[in-house]
Amino acid sequence: MSNSQHLGRQIEFMPGNEVVAEAALAAGCRFFAGYPITPSSEIAHHISKRLPEVGGKFIQMEDEIAAMGAIIGASLCGLKVMTATSGPGFSLKQENIGFACMVEAPCVIVNVMRGGPSTGLPTQLGQSDIQQTRWGTHGDRPVIALAPAYLDEVYTETVRAFNLAERFRMPVFVLIDEVIGHLSERLEIPDPSELEIIDRVGPNVPPEEYIPYDSSQSDVPPMAAYFSGYRFHMTGLNHDRTGFPTTTQSICHSENVRSMRKVEDHIAEIEKFENYLTDDAEIGIITFGSSARAAIVAIDDARQRGVKVGMLRPLTLWPFPEQAAFELSKHCKTIIVPEANLGQLIYEVQRVTKGNSEVVGVNKVGGVPIYPGEVFDKIVECSGKK
Amino acid sequence: MQDHYEARFAAVGGQGILLAGDILAEAAINYEGLYALDSPTYTAQVRGGPTKVDVIIDKNRILFTRTTAIDFMLCLAQRSWDRFGYDLKSDCIVLIDPFLVHTVDRNYRVYELPLIELTKKEMKKMVYTSAVALGAMVGLTEIFKPESVVKALLKKAPKGTEEANEKAFKLGYNSGRELLK
Amino acid sequence: MPVSLKLENLLRMEHLPHMWCPGCGIGIIVKAMLRAIDAMGWDPRDVAVISGIGCTSRAPGYLNMNTLHTTHGRALTFATGFKLARPDKQVIVISGDGDATAIGGNHLIHSCRRNIDITEIIVNNNIYGMTGGQYSPTTPLGAKAATAPWGMVEPSFDIAKLCIGAGATYVARGHVGSGVQLERLIRGGLKHKGFAIIEALSNCHTQFGRRNKLSDPIELINHIAAKTINVKEAAKISPEEMRGKFAVGILFQEEGREEYCEAYNRLIQRAQATLH
Ligand SMILES: Cc1ncc(C[n+]2csc(CCOP(=O)(O)OP(=O)(O)O)c2C)c(N)n1
Ligand code: SF4
Repeated sequence: MSNSQHLGRQIEFMPGNEVVAEAALAAGCRFFAGYPITPSSEIAHHISKRLPEVGGKFIQMEDEIAAMGAIIGASLCGLKVMTATSGPGFSLKQENIGFACMVEAPCVIVNVMRGGPSTGLPTQLGQSDIQQTRWGTHGDRPVIALAPAYLDEVYTETVRAFNLAERFRMPVFVLIDEVIGHLSERLEIPDPSELEIIDRVGPNVPPEEYIPYDSSQSDVPPMAAYFSGYRFHMTGLNHDRTGFPTTTQSICHSENVRSMRKVEDHIAEIEKFENYLTDDAEIGIITFGSSARAAIVAIDDARQRGVKVGMLRPLTLWPFPEQAAFELSKHCKTIIVPEANLGQLIYEVQRVTKGNSEVVGVNKVGGVPIYPGEVFDKIVECSGKK
Repeated sequence: MQDHYEARFAAVGGQGILLAGDILAEAAINYEGLYALDSPTYTAQVRGGPTKVDVIIDKNRILFTRTTAIDFMLCLAQRSWDRFGYDLKSDCIVLIDPFLVHTVDRNYRVYELPLIELTKKEMKKMVYTSAVALGAMVGLTEIFKPESVVKALLKKAPKGTEEANEKAFKLGYNSGRELLK
Repeated sequence: MPVSLKLENLLRMEHLPHMWCPGCGIGIIVKAMLRAIDAMGWDPRDVAVISGIGCTSRAPGYLNMNTLHTTHGRALTFATGFKLARPDKQVIVISGDGDATAIGGNHLIHSCRRNIDITEIIVNNNIYGMTGGQYSPTTPLGAKAATAPWGMVEPSFDIAKLCIGAGATYVARGHVGSGVQLERLIRGGLKHKGFAIIEALSNCHTQFGRRNKLSDPIELINHIAAKTINVKEAAKISPEEMRGKFAVGILFQEEGREEYCEAYNRLIQRAQATLH
């Protein structure tokens, strides 16, 4: 980045992965632990240089499991934290992601998606971790996953990821892909004064009265930091409001349900999507991230041919904008779901559109993004205007 | 410049050609008030293997992330042509180094300039290849005012190399103009 | 685990009695650790005790400090986050032998290498206690375990040697037969600036003993004690005589090698100096 001091709105030109790092710093990230993996490594390259400059810390751990553990540890001591990874590294992190959900530790996990499974296509894009993000770690837990498509959004959504993590005391995912991570484009970086920055809510009771999972005021319990004078216990075991393990069914059940409510009851606050020419659409497109950048070109082309097509683009993949998708399905005979995988988000679209529309995919794997022409052909096919 | 412009710089790793793409994009954004996007090939073996950078420039926000109809291509290696000589418009301007690229589709508007020799002879150091190439591209296509690109080039150039870089750019630029005659 | 009034301050009395089998060595080791912490004069609000998963790893729940019970094998990774976030505070890890050297082996050697100022107590009971007596990387050759019904065929780790090799700057070994010595060794680790390991040979009569004709805790503790030899004595005898014996005491100590957080803080100063 040319200028580390952001004065006013700034026009920048830098790669997506660096945008992630800069946005994290602006959001207040002061600790990053990672393990090198393509195509996410540039996030670590950039932030390892920048964090010490602002008094923060970077550590390259011995593997992704360790990186995930280290960020949770630092988060529990009060810092805003992030890790970034791809493919195999995301798989390795899953157990500790569940731990972060269980102890309710705010943290941001960036996944720069690549082709898979296994080592797959290290240097090329995939969008194949959509369902893993939702279901990857075992057990029931709430999920927030953001999927920006343009670098301006990569910046603002990364900031928002930190805010949501702190606000709801939970891991928040930022899903981009190799294409977004590596391309550079013109972006406007907001002035710091324009950014809303949310910090976790601390306890308003003295240490003797502190209950780590006190949800009497809110489903998001106030959070004390370790070493702040509050002495408490946290565990990955099911626990009651005191933080100590319990196997009492009713408590395990209600605590688990409470954690789900953190997202379920705040959909309006969390959910984000963009509607593009959907009002009169007879064919709908639902897609995200780099695939949405192909779809929008296809839509403009198809509109010129007189096809009434529009797009719902979720910026939150989880929670998925159910209501918006349902509304779209009411007036679309077909909904097309382009994604650089063999069909993942399409399950959610099918579920929430409740049979209103025929739902079809445009799917492509192998490391090359979906092109506008491929979406266009599908639109034409579905419109019957050959 | 037209509303939408696509350029590809192809070479083999180590020729510093990725930088040329960045500079063109920066010139578009910072000195021409346009939108620009570039995406380099991203491979593990950067040195020696065929590499390219695609630059998209537009009057409006750039939507799709990849090139689909290339207006200009620079090619500094036969292997790079073989690998990346696709998606070109039928009237694409193709600038090649004739010592390094022998077989190209001559249906495009092909121009030849011995860029590597020129850089060696006039600049003595190969690090200036990208500045020479960029100059030639701007001379040949007149995509932007040369001053815009020079400004972007100087912003990116390591301290102490500004003068040489500007000289390299002008060298390329004049050679590019010559080709049009 | 009978405790003195003084140690009560460090315990969450309301969470006792503990879940360990009567006679389990973990209690002896935890008590030695508490006495060591107490002797350091630290404010318990400044001390964190972090564990992974296993019988041993249940210890933090009983301690009235900053306590975290993490995932199997990963305690050191969380502890690294703690220490980097708050280098001014005390971070202690307590792990079982499986937790520390099997699933967590990678984190162990890398923490040694970094020389980060964390003290780790490894309760080596030669078995996976919590999950029902499967063999661990320290189960002796020939010993029986739930997954070694024909006797252990794999050689063992020497945890202390492993840590010395990996770069730990304080490595000690004690055993449940001598709580006093353990306390002294742990105190040495707490005082030490850098990565400190205290291997505590312990008895799991329930899972290890029962399968190896040592199901009585006292008998097993005596059996363990009989295999130990003071490090000074050990130096005097031949390798043949040492076979099957474990040297106890401070096995390795190196003061003066830069601690990780201090090195990182210097890095921050350098980075910030370039900005001005
Ligand atoms: C990822 C994972 N794998 C396996 C387990 C099951 N597990 C729990 S404790 C344990 C071993 C405990 O043995 P040790 O670490 O020696 O501690 P001890 O119980 O003897 O104190 C295992 C395998 C787990 N909790 N997590
Ligand atoms: S199973 Fe073994 S290690 Fe676990 S509490 Fe019982 S004796 Fe101790």
